[in-house]
This record gives sequence, C-alpha cells and structure tokens, in this order.
Amino acid sequence: MDFQVVVMAGGYSKNLVPLVSQEMPKPLLPVANRPVLSYVLELLEASNLKDLIVVVEGEDVALRVGGWISGAYVDRLHVEVAAVPEEVGTAGALRAVAHHLTAKDILVVSGDLVSDVPPGAVAATHRRLDAAVTALLCITPVSGPSESVSSVGKDKGRKLPRANIVGLDHTRQYLLHVAAGAEVGKDIKIQKSILRANDQMEIRADLMDAHMYAFQRTILQEVLDQKEMFHSIKHDVFPYLVRTQLRSEISDKGAPKNGLNGVDYTLNGSEPASEILTNRTHKCCAYIANKSKYCSRLNSVQAFCDINRDVVGEAGHLSGYSFSAQNNIVHPSAELGSKTTVGPQCMLDEGSKLGDKCSVKRSVIGRHCRIGSNVKIFNSVVMNHVTIEDGCFIQGSVICNNAQLQERVVLKDCQVGAGYVLTVGSEYKSEPLSKK
Amino acid sequence: MDSRRLPRAVIDPKVRQVGFFTSCDPPPARSLSVPADTGASAIVPTDMSSSPPLTDIYITNNSFSSVRIPPPRQVSAEGLHSLGRAAGSTTSVFAHDVLSPHCWEGIQMPIGSYNSSEFMQGKSSMLSPSSSRFDDIDFSEEEATSACLIRTGSGKEAAAFPRSSGEVMMAIKSGANAPAKSALKTASVVKALPEVTEKDGGTSIEKQNEGIGAARSKQKTTKAERRAIQEVQRAAKAAAKDAGKGAKSTFASSGGALAVAKQAKSAILPSQTKYGSSVASERRVDRNPDKDGKKDVSQSSMQFDDKSRVEKAKRRAAVGHFEARNSVELFRHLPQYEHGPQLQYLESKFFHLDHIHPSVYKVGLQYLTGSTSGGNARCKEMLLAFQEAVMDYSTPPEKTPARDLTSKISSYVSFLIACRPLSISMGNAIRFLKNRIAKLDHNISESEAKSNLLSDIDRFINEKIIVADKVIVHHAVTKIRDGDVLLIYGHSTVVEMILLQAHELGKQFRIVVVDSRPKLEGKALLRKLVMKGLSCTYTHLNAISYIMHEVTRVFLGASSILSNGTIYSRVGTACVAMVSHTFRVPVLICCEAYKFNERVLLDSICSNELGDPDVISKVHGRDGLNDLENWSDHENLQLLNLFYDATPSDYVSMIVTEHGMIPPTSVPVIFREYGRDQLFF
Repeated sequence: MDFQVVVMAGGYSKNLVPLVSQEMPKPLLPVANRPVLSYVLELLEASNLKDLIVVVEGEDVALRVGGWISGAYVDRLHVEVAAVPEEVGTAGALRAVAHHLTAKDILVVSGDLVSDVPPGAVAATHRRLDAAVTALLCITPVSGPSESVSSVGKDKGRKLPRANIVGLDHTRQYLLHVAAGAEVGKDIKIQKSILRANDQMEIRADLMDAHMYAFQRTILQEVLDQKEMFHSIKHDVFPYLVRTQLRSEISDKGAPKNGLNGVDYTLNGSEPASEILTNRTHKCCAYIANKSKYCSRLNSVQAFCDINRDVVGEAGHLSGYSFSAQNNIVHPSAELGSKTTVGPQCMLDEGSKLGDKCSVKRSVIGRHCRIGSNVKIFNSVVMNHVTIEDGCFIQGSVICNNAQLQERVVLKDCQVGAGYVLTVGSEYKSEPLSKK
Repeated sequence: MDSRRLPRAVIDPKVRQVGFFTSCDPPPARSLSVPADTGASAIVPTDMSSSPPLTDIYITNNSFSSVRIPPPRQVSAEGLHSLGRAAGSTTSVFAHDVLSPHCWEGIQMPIGSYNSSEFMQGKSSMLSPSSSRFDDIDFSEEEATSACLIRTGSGKEAAAFPRSSGEVMMAIKSGANAPAKSALKTASVVKALPEVTEKDGGTSIEKQNEGIGAARSKQKTTKAERRAIQEVQRAAKAAAKDAGKGAKSTFASSGGALAVAKQAKSAILPSQTKYGSSVASERRVDRNPDKDGKKDVSQSSMQFDDKSRVEKAKRRAAVGHFEARNSVELFRHLPQYEHGPQLQYLESKFFHLDHIHPSVYKVGLQYLTGSTSGGNARCKEMLLAFQEAVMDYSTPPEKTPARDLTSKISSYVSFLIACRPLSISMGNAIRFLKNRIAKLDHNISESEAKSNLLSDIDRFINEKIIVADKVIVHHAVTKIRDGDVLLIYGHSTVVEMILLQAHELGKQFRIVVVDSRPKLEGKALLRKLVMKGLSCTYTHLNAISYIMHEVTRVFLGASSILSNGTIYSRVGTACVAMVSHTFRVPVLICCEAYKFNERVLLDSICSNELGDPDVISKVHGRDGLNDLENWSDHENLQLLNLFYDATPSDYVSMIVTEHGMIPPTSVPVIFREYGRDQLFF
C-alpha cells in the first residue's frame, strides 16, 4: 500500500522520572509486564505492517531497545532501529531518518501509544481524502491523563495538555484548527480565511491527539527541509500544516498532481455543495476513533498507572493474556500464601510469591517478587524482583525493579525508583522516591 | 440450487440477450483452450452432464458483467452430488492417472515456472480460513522451491511467511554514516528468501539463512519419490472423501462432492498436458494465482436471496460482506446496503489488502463513502486508477502480460464491486480495457504495451466522455428556443453543461429544477446555475404535476440506456417522464453512447441498487420528526431506498447521444452501426 512506518520510541523521558532509569528507558517500561513499545509493535503487526523503523533517542537506549526487539520479534517483524541524539525532538528525529523514507506516505506513530485503533483506518482515511496529513484523534480519557505541571518543549513524553482545541468542519473529516492546551490562553484565535472557506467550524475540546499521523512524504520532507527550526511534530509541523492549508508555500510542487494525462477534472460536478473548498492547497484531515476503542498515551506517571490498570481491566484484550474466571491473571508458577486474596483486574506474574493474609486489588505485580505476609496492595504497579516485607500498605504507587520495602512501610501515591530501599516503618505520601 | 437454474446463473440472470446481439467472439488466444476443455469434459462424463461448455462461460465473461464467472467446479459439484458414489470412484481413478510418469513430466514444467510472489499474494489475500487451497498443496511446495531458485526475494514475500522457520541473524551495520544522518540498524528480520539490501553505509549483504528455500531444497527428493508421496496422499484423500460422502447427510455430502470434484478437476488438468503443455500452462496461470479474482461471482449476476450461493461467495470474497437488516422482500436478490460495517472493515484491513493497488483502493473507498458519485465521474476515476495501476505494473517472469494483467484488473474490479456495485457504464469501460489488454501484441515490449494501454485509456476518457459530452451539448442546445421553460431532474453533468452553454449563447429561457429526497442532488445543481445567472425555479417531485403546466421541454440524464429503449436512471426519472408525457411535453434524454447496453430491461426490480435505508428515515433539519427511530427493531417494517428506476421508452421523445438525436426505438441502430468496433472496442 506504499506506506512506511516510523515509530517514535523516545528515550529517557523527564516526565517519567523516577520510573525510567538507565536500565529501563521509556520504551521498555512495563505495561502489564510487557514493554510499552510492544503494544505499538503488535498493533502494527496485526495490521500487516511488518517493515518498521524505530527511532530511539540515545545510542545506549537504542542498543537496549534493539536488543529487546531482536529477541522478542525474531521472525515476526522487520525492524530497523535508528538512534538519534537526545533533544532533537520528533521533527529532528524524522529529519534524521528522512533519507530512508521512500514510500508515498509515511505513518508516524508514537512509541508510547497503547491503543486498539487500527492504523489502517487512519491510513485509509488519509488515502481516501488525499490528505497532506491525517491525525488520529480520540476522545480524551475521563480520568484526565495528567496534572498540568507540564514542561512543554521536552519533546518526547511531554505532557498532554489538558484541553486540546480542535476545529473540525461539519463532516468531521477536515481539520481546520489545532491548538495544544498549553498554547491556549483565554482566547482562541482562529483564522478568518479558514472560517470563511468553510462556513462553519466545530470546536471541540474533548479530543486528544493520539500521535499517530499519516503524512504525505513529499510534503513532510519539504516542511522539514524548509523549516529548520521546527522541533516537534505535534507542536510545530502539524499545526503549521493546518495553519497553512489555504495558502501553502510548499504548494503544488510537493504534491504531484495527476500529471499522467491531459484530462481535466472539471467534469466531476457532483460534489456536495458544501465541499467546494476551492482554493485549498493541501488537506488536513482527522480520523476520530470510535468511542468504544481504547486509546491512551503513556506520557506521565499518572498515565502509566491508568494504562496499567486499564490494560488488566477494561481494555483487557490489549494485554494478550487470557483472564481467569476471577477476571485476573495469575501465572501458574506464582505462589500464594493462605488466606491471600487476589482480586479482579489484577495480574501476578511468573515466580512471584505472596505470603499469608495478603490482599491485592487492581494491581500489577511483576516477575519474581517476594511479598511477605499481611501486605495490602491497591491500585499499584510493582515491577520485577521487588521485595516487600511483612505488613506493608501500598496504594496508588509504582515500585520499580529491585526496590526493597522493609517491614510496615506505608506508601500512598508514591513512585519508588529502581533499587531504592525503604527502611522499616517509613511512611510516604505523594512523593517520588529514588536514588540520587 | 437446482440444475434448472444453472444456465441462467451462467448467463446473466437479469439479462435477456437479444438474439443477434451476442457478445464478441472469443479471441484467438483463448480459442486454443476450447478443444482441450471439451476433451476434458468428455473424459469425465459427470462434468459434461451439468456444466455448460467453457465457451459459454467465456462469453459471459466478456459480456456486461465483466467480472469473472467461477470455473465450472461448483457446477460439476452438483452433477457429482446427483451421481453419488459413482462419481467418487471415477475421480479416484483419475487421481491415479495423474500420477503416472508421463503425466508428471508434463505437469512439472508449468508449475516450476510459477512466480512465487504472485502465488504468495494470492495466498495472503485469502482471508477466510476455509479456503480450498489444500487441494493444491503439492503444487505450492513446488512453487516455493522454484521461488528460491529464481530469487525474487522481496519484502512482501517475507511478510507472507510470517513464522518461517529459519534463524534470524542480526545484520550489524558498519556505522560509517554521516553524523547528521542516523544509522539504521536491523534489529529483527523476518527471514525468508535471500535478498541483498543496500544502505548508506555501504552495501552490506545481510547474512541470511537460506530459510525456507534451503529447507525445501534439502528436502528435494527424486522425482520418483515425490511421485510416490503424492500418490499416497491423493489416494488417502480420495478415500477419505469417498467414505465421508457415504456417511454424511445430503448437504454435507454435496460439500464432499465439491471437494472431490475439485480434485477431479485438478486431475483433469494434468491430463490435458498430453494435448499440449502450452495450453495447460496457460490454464494453470489463469487458474491458480489469484483465486479471489476468479472466484468472485459477479454481483450483477448473483442472486443475493439464494442463500447457498451467497454463502459460497462470501467464503470466497476478498473482502467480507455483512448482513443487512430488515431487507425488503422484493429486493432481496440485490446486494444489500452495508456501508457502515463495510467501511470499517475495509479501513481496518487497509494493510492486508496488499494486492489491491493503492489508487484503486482509494477510488473504492470514495465510492463507498459517496464522495465520488455520478456515472461519468465514477467511470473516469476508475479508469484513472486503472491507469495508475497499469503504470506501476510489471509482468512477473514467465507470464504474459495479457493474462496476468487481466486477472489483476479482475481482482481490482471485484474490490470495487465490494465497495459499491458497478454502474453499467463502468462495466462497459472495464470491458473495453480488458479487450485492449487481450488484444495486446505478444511481440511488443512491456513498456510499449503499457504505454499503449495508457493511451487507450486516455483515448477512452477523452472520446467517450469528454468529447462525447461536447457533441451532445452541441446537439441539444439546438432544441432550446427563446422563451422555453425547461424542467430538469437530478444532477446530470451533461444536462448542466447544456444549460450553461445555451445561456452563453444568449438564449432566453427559464429552468425548473425538480429535486427529491434523500439525496437532494438538485440543490448543488441549482446553486451552480443560479451563480451563473440563470433564472430558476426549485421544487420537489411532489409538485411535479402542478409545475408541469408551464414546462415546454424536459431534459434528463441517464445512467444507462438499454437496447429496448428503456432508460435506466436516477429514481424518480420515470415519474417525471410519465407526467410530462401525459402533459404532452417532449422528454429529451441526454446520454453518452458508452453508457448504452445491449441488455433488455423491463422493470426496475431485477436490476437496481439499494442505498442506505437510514437516510430516508431521517429528515435533515427536522429532528422532531423521529417516528422512524429504531425502525430496524420492528420486524414488520422495512425501508427501501432505491437508487435507480427504469423509464419505458414510450415516455421518451428523443435520446441525444454523440451520434446524433434518435428516437428511443432506434437504440439498436446505435449498436448495429457503432457497436463492436467503435462504441466499445
């Protein structure tokens, strides 16, 4: 179908400190005990997209990610990993791999997307409307993916601003206006020319940009070449294309018209009257995902918790595991002590041991964890090789690899970094805890 | 399916072919195969009993339907079913016959020359697991071997072997790239056939395991051994079928018989090689590589209320179909409207439909969503898409472009049909294109052949649509006089051009635009006319008898004109024509000659298209009018949204074509004078 796929996997995301570490870059963060990148790769694989370019920030991260991919996707995918320097931004990353892009259209997917929206739908919309760019929009999750302490400009894993303003035409196919939440002040400025060309515009604030874009390659490359300053796709390239859809400087030389014959197109007179968007130089389109589809991005600590909960819960089909009758996933090699309960929407992976009288609810526990007696774990994520001693109480927290919680630790909404040791009886609330 | 139905199914059921207007003769390339086929059916008497001779099939293949009729396997299945066990035993005899040494020699040559990419595409495109491929499994092995010999390693083929055995080597690259550029490192490779990848840092040949190719070639045994293995397999299969048939109930046994018949068919094929291997190879090329193209029953010839047939077609179709709700009894034989699920399905399968050319895919989706509509626009878009497909086409080795390209076009057409049923004009255009492909000279080079085809398509668009419209305008404008009141209905591009042209010539006339729900196409036309400064009246179809008093001429477009003079056009046209006939107002139909068809249509029931029933239940701008909400929950309520109707020729005063203005009774003259040579080919 003449599409090439670029997966923007990212590197160490500042937003996800202390979850990310040297050993655990963002693409490999576990979601239901699988690296988050695997969700994108499997989504693409299910769509029969098997030639992928994965762009990773930093050489050592690239090595790690490449190593994992070659182990996990032997025989299944043809993946090429490209390392780009950190802080070049998504646009810079695309520039770096631009010389590998040859297909007519490019699908750019963020590596932190957890979704079951078929990429084919975006690509098909792109093709059908002959668009310059098509973005996947989905309904913003109700819980609100992030607190708005965002640091915009950190390109990978930047916070998703609270309210994205999206302007659509009445068919909900064409994008007329985009503004990321951080840029929106009290007023929204809308170009008169675009409004005039379309009669009406629907402004929506409940849509989230899922960071899956289909670009026409020639247009994309021209923008990247001309605008050296552009740093990120979402904040620079994409709004630029939407802004200039009526008066594009990249114009026609970018988009080869059907030059194969001298037949003029004026005969096609049967378009609906409202669709006579005469002087549009390139089209910016949107595919709005169905409400029933799951779509979320792992770009904050909060989102990490939400996604982990959803993937073993309501969006269970994404995890690829089969749920037991109790609606949870307990690996056969996991050992449970007496009177220990594992509630629904939980996951307990290989080799983990729970002592007596424990209670686990809506949580994910990784491999080879050792958990003592009388431990309560609610709404939390416990990664691999974690030791939790007797009488701990953990709620809404994330505990990274190899961390150690000594007896009677109480954690509420905390993030414990890799290898961190919490001493006996300590209590924390809403704090990131990690080794300096 | 009773046998009485068969000839009708093969010849288009909705068509009564007028005696002296038969379709064209089979081209010489094909005629070779005819004696062989009849010979084959003589060998298996059961085949002869119910299946028509293949020449018939060829003709329908070339007639209006333009989509391939399935090979007579199903037909022979019926015959076998009726004959019961006897048939089974015959076929098992043949299975042995195939494997006798001299036959094997014959069959091997054409098989070995297969291109595997073609084969793999066919295979990966078959989405339904219940495919009938397993009968050919012994052939496919051979093909894999030959594929690795000719080394056509490409990404697509690699994808077609999703879990191929064979270890993956990491191809670590020498990182000699410029610093600004990033090095691409292959992290995982889907292993298939050896391929050379070229990259920036220098050409590096990825070390690859031989993969399947090696495994196969290691297994390569002597001819005798393979023959023995196959013989055992076939005998076992035949025995199993035979036994199963006796035990199962009637329906199941017909399924078994089908399989046996298939086997019989494949047994016949090698036996043909005795007559001439070239014939056999051509037939095989035709038969094997794209099943989906071949097996898609043409929708126009398919009765959608015939359950078993629909089931069969569904199993075969490259893209799925969906059940419609509450279909109207009288129109159940038509393909039911299924826009919503069909669009979602096609979108989610976007990357699976690799064998469909992107431009064809795009046009198909545009048909489906309705963004391209209208006979001329649809036909032109389709031809332009085919043009692009032809441009990107390269003949696989060991194949003739004529054969391979035709089957490609057929698979595209079946995709387009899945999106929306073809119009008659599109059928004509496809027939034209296929004819041009079939008549390609075998001696000219591929690029030359392609450029010939491209210019042919250009010529068709130019002559049959653009210039034809100009000529029609030229003719029709003479019929507009000062002071006329013209009534138009629907949105015909050529009528619009006529009106604008007459206005430019300074004629003084008034226009009545009649429109109807749910499409309200007249609005767009009205807008264009008013913008050009014509004086218009806009009304709906309900008011036609009132407004007709002041009208002096009626101009209508047509989707197709049939040889008995019937006008097949947008629903409502018949009503307009009848009212104006009653009021003695002349009705002029403007239609390009490429939309003419030799069929005869008496009513609008047997051939029509169904639209979205929901759009007639909703009235735009009147949300309060929701009495029909959730109509599909009522079992005794059905909504009917027809696209076309048939206007009898009695109500038509004149037909304006590029060949002149003729009375509707003279439509056959157009066929006689301009048919065959000039009209279509």
